[in-house]
Amino acid sequence: MALFDSEVLAPHPNFDDRPFWDACNRRQLCFQHCADCDTVRHPPSPVCPRCRSLAAAWKPTQGQGELFSYTVVHHASHESVQAQLPYVVALVVFDDVPGARLVTNITGIPPAQVRIGMRVSLWWDEIGHGRFIPRCEPAAAGGPDR
Amino acid sequence: MNPKRQACIVGVGQTEFTRHGGIMNRSQFQVAAEAVLSALADAGLSPEDIDGFASFSNDANEAALMQVALGVPQLRWSSMVWGGGGGGSCAAMAQATTAVEAGVAEVVVVYRGLCQGQSRRFGRFGEGRTHGNFVHPFGLFAPAPMLAMVTQRHMHLHPQIEAKHLGMVAVNARANANRNPRAVMHGRPMTLDDYFASRFIAEPFRLFDCCLESDGGCAIVITHRDRARDLRQAPVEVLAAQHGSGPGWGTGPLASHNMPDADYNSTNARRMAKELYARAGVGPADIDVAQIYDHFTGMVLMALEDYGFCEPGGSGEFVEQGQIAWPQGKLPINTSGGQLSEAYVHGMNVAIEGVRQLRGESTSQVQDARLCLVTGGLGTSPTSAMIIGRP
Repeated sequence: MALFDSEVLAPHPNFDDRPFWDACNRRQLCFQHCADCDTVRHPPSPVCPRCRSLAAAWKPTQGQGELFSYTVVHHASHESVQAQLPYVVALVVFDDVPGARLVTNITGIPPAQVRIGMRVSLWWDEIGHGRFIPRCEPAAAGGPDR
Repeated sequence: MNPKRQACIVGVGQTEFTRHGGIMNRSQFQVAAEAVLSALADAGLSPEDIDGFASFSNDANEAALMQVALGVPQLRWSSMVWGGGGGGSCAAMAQATTAVEAGVAEVVVVYRGLCQGQSRRFGRFGEGRTHGNFVHPFGLFAPAPMLAMVTQRHMHLHPQIEAKHLGMVAVNARANANRNPRAVMHGRPMTLDDYFASRFIAEPFRLFDCCLESDGGCAIVITHRDRARDLRQAPVEVLAAQHGSGPGWGTGPLASHNMPDADYNSTNARRMAKELYARAGVGPADIDVAQIYDHFTGMVLMALEDYGFCEPGGSGEFVEQGQIAWPQGKLPINTSGGQLSEAYVHGMNVAIEGVRQLRGESTSQVQDARLCLVTGGLGTSPTSAMIIGRP
């Protein structure tokens, strides 16, 4: 079942980020890289800020990463998340994409036990109509480590 | 620059401040117009004297309509700063001072009027938000959890900064508000125990770490030194007013949080602050009093570091030593109660308090205050600040 039961929260893909969401729907987390100099850029953007190339490549991550920062949300600023309180919003940096942070959620652990630096793994949350949202949970013990 | 064109603040004005949704007996546009008229009266000027307006962050009260409403004969400057939540408050001041110093306009008014029962709450969840796709699906909509993540990281990297230090910023603001009859929280004292008893909004932020939501209007009149000479109030000089954003900041903490690692836990003002001081020809040690955009306590701590009042990570100790307290601290801050306890008019009310300090009119007056730092919204892009002084 979807973490948040609300159509209001679904992404509305646009010119710049559609490949990101299309890949999510295939259950692949792909970050945009410059096809010429390989610089990662997130959120997606039409120009490489390093070499100004317009060519992009979308590279998948293996989905293992580290928690950069987080907050435990206790107040619903929109009714669509009321039922889920308290929930954890976090920033995750994946081992194979060190230059990008993903805003995501941490599930499968009591919010009070979440810590900066903890190891996390990607999972896919189906929100209906064939769409998937990338969320994270604590990495399994004995799982891949950096 | 011709020294006669040095930008000065010659008038400040406001309406009543209330809780959000508190002004429902007249339009938001009227509230903004009343603030402009009040600031003009303070300056001893009339609408015939002004020829410019500046505002920020998608102000709904359009300059061209303000011109018509007030009977301003000729508009020579109207501008609004892009993006950034309240980050643009001092940026609007920078545009106004640039206009008068360049000779493009003579008298420019910066204004803000908001009645949130009539409009949308600032920073609220909205579909059209840039990079909204990278926050909304994760239940991240509001500035409080967004800047909570920045503060959490800052406290992780500097474990000597503790929750009580956030609370001390809130308690300090409330103490100042209790000396200011205009403050929404006047008459409602708060202790550190009260702070710790308040509920979490987004950890580490509790209710009292977050600014008020208010209705009210504010305006500031800017002209040049030559024009200021014969006006009603002693002019307050704008020594420097700047806005800007660091490399790679983008939408920053108000969306996907992909600013560079070195700048992540910051106000986005580290570079700009250095330029601001250089332009004003002063340093942090020269500042007598500061009005720091206090949307969230954690960002105030980072501002104390980024603007050079203490070392990186030293803000907790600085606050615990009482350095931000009136009257004995080295740097009393937010002497009207700030946005945590006076009102939240997107930075304009704290800018007005800076002017009051330099005129000797504050309800928490710093003895012989000559230089005041005022900041715009922190952790936004752009962010902004100004240094104002008594000649």
